[in-house]
Amino acid sequence: MDKKKITVAVTGLNNIDSPGPGIPVIRALKESRYFEVRIIGLSYETLEPGLYMHDLVDKSYQIPMPSAGTATLYERLAYIQDKEHIDVLIPNFDAELYNFIKLSDKLKYELGIKTFLPTLEQFEERHKSVLYEFGEKNEVKVPFSKMLFNVTEINDLKNEFTYPLVVKGKYYDASIAATPEQAVNYFYKISAKWGLPIIIQEFVSGNEVNVTAIGDGKGSCIGAVPMRKLYITDKGKAWAGISLGDEQLIEITNRVIGNSKWKGGCELEFIKTKEGEYYLLEMNPRFPAWVYLSVGCGQNHPESLVKLALEESVEPFQNYQTGKMFVRYSYDQIVDIEEFEKISTQGEL
Amino acid sequence: MTKQTYERPFIQKLNTGTMNKFGTRTEYTPVTQIDGVPVKKIIEEYGSPCFVISEKTIRKTYKDALRAFKTRYPKVQFAWSYKTNYLNSVCNIFHQEGSWAEVVSIFEYEKALNNGVPGNKIIFNGPEKSRADLQKAVENESLIHIDHFDELYELTDLMKNIDKKARVAIRVNMDTGVYPIWDRFGFNYENGQAWNAINKIMSQEKLDLVGLHCHIGTYMLSANAYSIAAWKLCDLASHIRNKWSKTLQYIDLGGGFCSANTLKGSYLQGADIIPTMDDYAEAITSTVLNFGFKANELPTIILETGRALIDDAGWLLGSVVATKRLSDGRRATILDFGVNLLFTSFWYNHKISPAQEFSFHSEEMVLYGPLCMNIDVIRENISLPLLNKNDHVVVHRVGAYNMTQWMQFIHMRPKIVLIDMEGKTHVVREHETFETMNRYEKNPAHLKEFSI
Amino acid sequence: MEINKNIAISDSGFIFNPTSGDSFSTNHIGMKVIHFLKEGQTPDHIITSITEEFDVEAQVVEKDLQDFFQMLENYQLIISHG
Repeated sequence: MDKKKITVAVTGLNNIDSPGPGIPVIRALKESRYFEVRIIGLSYETLEPGLYMHDLVDKSYQIPMPSAGTATLYERLAYIQDKEHIDVLIPNFDAELYNFIKLSDKLKYELGIKTFLPTLEQFEERHKSVLYEFGEKNEVKVPFSKMLFNVTEINDLKNEFTYPLVVKGKYYDASIAATPEQAVNYFYKISAKWGLPIIIQEFVSGNEVNVTAIGDGKGSCIGAVPMRKLYITDKGKAWAGISLGDEQLIEITNRVIGNSKWKGGCELEFIKTKEGEYYLLEMNPRFPAWVYLSVGCGQNHPESLVKLALEESVEPFQNYQTGKMFVRYSYDQIVDIEEFEKISTQGEL
Repeated sequence: MTKQTYERPFIQKLNTGTMNKFGTRTEYTPVTQIDGVPVKKIIEEYGSPCFVISEKTIRKTYKDALRAFKTRYPKVQFAWSYKTNYLNSVCNIFHQEGSWAEVVSIFEYEKALNNGVPGNKIIFNGPEKSRADLQKAVENESLIHIDHFDELYELTDLMKNIDKKARVAIRVNMDTGVYPIWDRFGFNYENGQAWNAINKIMSQEKLDLVGLHCHIGTYMLSANAYSIAAWKLCDLASHIRNKWSKTLQYIDLGGGFCSANTLKGSYLQGADIIPTMDDYAEAITSTVLNFGFKANELPTIILETGRALIDDAGWLLGSVVATKRLSDGRRATILDFGVNLLFTSFWYNHKISPAQEFSFHSEEMVLYGPLCMNIDVIRENISLPLLNKNDHVVVHRVGAYNMTQWMQFIHMRPKIVLIDMEGKTHVVREHETFETMNRYEKNPAHLKEFSI
Repeated sequence: MEINKNIAISDSGFIFNPTSGDSFSTNHIGMKVIHFLKEGQTPDHIITSITEEFDVEAQVVEKDLQDFFQMLENYQLIISHG
């Protein structure tokens, strides 16, 4: 069978020690049995390693930082599209998703660039600050949580929580407080960095298990592969992990993706307690950096996402291999300064 | 032979700190004209700095907002928020479009009367209305929005001597899921204070409760908060209907709609995250329509939106006074306007464009105003082309609050120019002079002379 | 004042200093100035050349060059004597 030739643009080429998912997504697409893919890399920085991986990335362009806004981003993508005829674009950073979701119709109808992203409502309702409501709506347990806007509210927490509890920032950071005094400390520390509100979350102990999954936006979970981290870097990122055969976890994932009609790739982070209960801690609205493990297990999620974006029919995967491992490694590429010059001065490579 | 255009030599280290937009190939769209009038010409004619107001933009923004509400709900009335911009010419554009006046002081009240607004189409808000102010409002049949019990008692007492009914509403504050709650104004909904105030008003023969008012906050990023607010006002209105068989004429949702300016600390651009006028209109009107009022008893929805109607119509034009290098190597550009004129730069990262063409090179810089005061910073960090002394810049979206909150501090205030529908320019406020400030001062005789 | 002779400057305005490993970008005029420096021209000569070619007052160029040289020095691209 002749493979279908398409061009896919991918962000997140920062394959560093806390990697973006771009390169794993590209590897998955390059191994597609269905598509022959030309890859356009979209980068924010001039030293994103993916820029220099010419066997994976065919051509690269710098794009404006998300803070520059959708108008500037659109202008840049229009310029790129004029030269490249991109069929599908896969953004991979949390911070850029809002803009791409906002632009998705315009990209599709004016530039012919298709995406397959969650709706703005879906994107918003799985935010940390409202995850508890998300859990109730989609029938998955989420540690009980509450938003605080004032440090004095910590006094009243004893009515609803028992210590220890987790003090979380709106975007990042989480600390476990054993006493109200510690909670007050963390409140100040985290709010100084990420602002208000502060999220107070019930502390749930157990093993962390993660799932990479993809939903078709109509209530079907196309694929899901659970993984447990085996080796963690000092930044808390998985350096090695193993696919799990956990039917209950697959069932929960199907339910979350199904009920929320999730559209696109995602990563679900759970805690499995000693009693065998699963609590959803976070839902990331894009593929994780370890998404290539799904390919290794027999489910090519990025390929499915491209098919969905192209409005081709996609059947849900029925199984995957358990006990497959990924072991990450880093690699020193040798690069001529001319290449760095090109991306630095022209914004293209 | 004509000489080439000069640009000052520029060098930047690559890959230190954050990248600029895309490599070094940054494109800045200069703003060379406003409504067809060249920026250069405006500055030549009226001086620099200079505020510019576009009549065309005001009328269009207003019409779009009105359409967003009118296509969804039969009875809608806008009231122009004087404090947002009380230039007579600006107010009168809104009044020509059909807006009532919404004022928060006797000064603004008199301005509205002076502009020719009928007394019964002035809404008198705010926490400070003297007995004399209240009396005037009662006599003119204006809508008095009571803010606190002391005002309610004052008004009740005043009415003993007036042979007339006062048309009143109360301001209600409430939890709409957006924090902090603005509970310093009005009567609280949740703790029963508002209901208590309503009961007191209903017991007074000379107070005619005609509406309910709220104003839940400013720069509200959640349209849903207005749905909650509308529901709570409707809830009070229906209780009034049940207890006294009285149908209120209106509910006033106040203002607080966002403009597209970017708040400091916001990662994303304001224009990308704010709700549209349609979002606000949908949240409010669908709540009121679905609440269950009889068709002939639907209240008029009053809106006092200011910022969202005027911000886009105002520009501030200015010039580069000097460029310099700070001790840490950063570029600093000094402009001829500062926080004295651009009060909103305390909370916005205003969009600022050059007013002439440049090459694609840009540099990170801090923008200072001309005041000899350390607080005078317009932008802590902005990437702009290689500006030179006397180059012009254009600040976007300055129509709201600047022309009312500006201060005469160190420098006098400049001219404000209106561009009309035909593209003709009019000075709508003259620049101040030494005499403007000096005429109010009185110097005691013994301080008149000295020798140094 | 002497420019570091090792630095490589390309037509795109990309400058690479092999001694320090730093790289920079400069604009059209910046490139011209650096070329003049490499040729050993004096600041006065550079100012004259620029005012002949570009629509600019000598006094403006003088101020801009002063700042530019300061940056070159900060970036260790020139060695100033004394």
